[in-house]
Amino acid sequence: MTDFLKQTIGRRAVLGAGLAGVSMLAMPSILRAQEKSLKVGVYGGYFKDSFDKNIFPDFTKATGIAIEAIAEPTGEAWLVQLDQAAKAGQAPADVSMMSQVAMLKGQATDLWAPLDMAKIPNGSNLIDRFVNKYPDGRVAGIGAVSWYITLVTNTDVYKEAPTSWQAFWDPANADKLGLLALVSNSFLLEVTAKTFFGGTNALDTEEGVQKAFDKLAEVKPNVRLWYRDEAQFEQSLKSGEIPMGQYYHDVTGLAAADGNPVRSTFPKEGGIQDSGCWALSRASTKVDEAHQFINYMSQPSIQAILSRKVGTSPTVKRELTDLTDAEFAAVSSDIEPIIPRYDLYQTKSDWLNQKWTELIVG
Amino acid sequence: MRREAPQKLSDYGPLFFPAMMLIVFFVVPFATMIAVSFFQRQQGGFYVPAFEFANYERFLSLFFANVLGFSLMLAVTVAICCIVLAVPFTYLLTRMKRKVQIVWLVALLSVLSLSEVIIGFAWSTLFSRTAGITNLLVMAGIMSEAKALLPSFGAVLTGMVYQAFPYTVLVLYPALVRLDPTLTEAARTLGASPIKAFFTVVIPALRNTITATLIMVFIFALGSYLLPQLLGRPQHWTLSVLITDQAIYQSNMPFAAAMAVFLVLVTLGLVALTVLAGRKGEAA
Repeated sequence: MTDFLKQTIGRRAVLGAGLAGVSMLAMPSILRAQEKSLKVGVYGGYFKDSFDKNIFPDFTKATGIAIEAIAEPTGEAWLVQLDQAAKAGQAPADVSMMSQVAMLKGQATDLWAPLDMAKIPNGSNLIDRFVNKYPDGRVAGIGAVSWYITLVTNTDVYKEAPTSWQAFWDPANADKLGLLALVSNSFLLEVTAKTFFGGTNALDTEEGVQKAFDKLAEVKPNVRLWYRDEAQFEQSLKSGEIPMGQYYHDVTGLAAADGNPVRSTFPKEGGIQDSGCWALSRASTKVDEAHQFINYMSQPSIQAILSRKVGTSPTVKRELTDLTDAEFAAVSSDIEPIIPRYDLYQTKSDWLNQKWTELIVG
Repeated sequence: MRREAPQKLSDYGPLFFPAMMLIVFFVVPFATMIAVSFFQRQQGGFYVPAFEFANYERFLSLFFANVLGFSLMLAVTVAICCIVLAVPFTYLLTRMKRKVQIVWLVALLSVLSLSEVIIGFAWSTLFSRTAGITNLLVMAGIMSEAKALLPSFGAVLTGMVYQAFPYTVLVLYPALVRLDPTLTEAARTLGASPIKAFFTVVIPALRNTITATLIMVFIFALGSYLLPQLLGRPQHWTLSVLITDQAIYQSNMPFAAAMAVFLVLVTLGLVALTVLAGRKGEAA
């Protein structure tokens, strides 16, 4: 620090900067290239740091479009801000990474500008479910990243990896589980439906949801911790204090690689696959740049970089990427995933939330 | 110094700044919250201005009554525990040498610098099976095997008392320092034991201070929402936890606001009752 303070700006440096400035003015083409820019909203913290480091500089190099990354809060606060701003004709970010429930809520107010798939040729690489559409077929968003929540265990306590989500219901696991505390982020209703009632279609009716709730109530005595804060569970899982639960596949893999006695298992019913979409605010004026950006992000090579550097599962078909088996297994699985019923969290959110809170608090 | 009632408008000048602050940072947000609590929730969207009681109706159920009851009970228990511990502690502290007092007060003040998150995680480690205090008891041969002391009501209570204790001492300290030592000396010369003098002279002399401190700790504890999550089971979650869920995770601002307004009203009611009861006691 002191060394830094001692440094003085030399005469040469000043001259150099001046020269550079003059030559910039003399070359309007460079300035014009700089004018092309795009504000991209990414979850603050780990995601934004990784994107700033591994993705955005290469994109600017490839297209000449400067990226201004905006750290967006998780939860729905960002959706509220985008919506309010769009009503005033403003776009705090042109393209944002949005959760699936936020996508549906934004659709309800026509917040997302429809995307022109003709301008996104790489869109054909995507797995179908990662193209988010309005009910009338317009494209509202394109899958940005996806990640898995799986069945995790402490290897000291469980020598054998469990094979099914049914382990949560096993009376032998009394007071041993750590589960996510909210109906809309634990996706345990979907897990219950897939494990016991043949699939998430069982949640189509209220009676079906009720049956899943009743089944889920049997898990309650096994749960030691309902967590909102990830650090809380991760620490307990590593120490064996809470030896089983649901957690993020890639983070668990990293913890295991650091020598912690933990493992992540894809149960035979499938891991829970959650994802985020790129969506364009209708107030944005950078429509072309946004399409270029989304097209760039949908390349198999970029998705492979994301898998290696950020730990996300590719949104493009596996065979298009050059991921090795080990690299793919670190972030994903070929077992058919459990896809959350996002529609329920939009249309029945209050009812589900009330039932859920009564289930775990009551 | 003689105090005069303000004569001119400019005499009210010094009040202007605090009043503005109070309006901008308290009255306006609070009024907004009350307004929002009557708005209409758009499921799957946000909310629209309206005037309806649906949010309050939803709150009036056995389920929320239980949660509210638990929150109040927890806050009262924390307040009583803090007072029971802090009054004798502070009394003894004021009898000590000046230097010792300063060391204690600095230590207590440093606890205040810890955030709720740090306190929560520290206690969850102390109460854990793998690294907790029961391991010490096992080493000492008192227990046969280490066990987890959380999640439990006791853990929540411990964490919250720990957090509120420094405030309690700091509020009680000035009153106890100013307490005339000749009062206890008189009691002692009249034959009372130190303990008897403490309960028959010191405590009654401090009654108003103790009531005020109880109310302060009670309100402080009522707002706690992190420690019950970190140290307790879902049945130990306070109403503040559910308000956070609604506001942050469900984007149901109207319902969250209605719950918060209800909590404030109940709190004010209880405080008013306490003050009234105190006045009656004094008159008698």
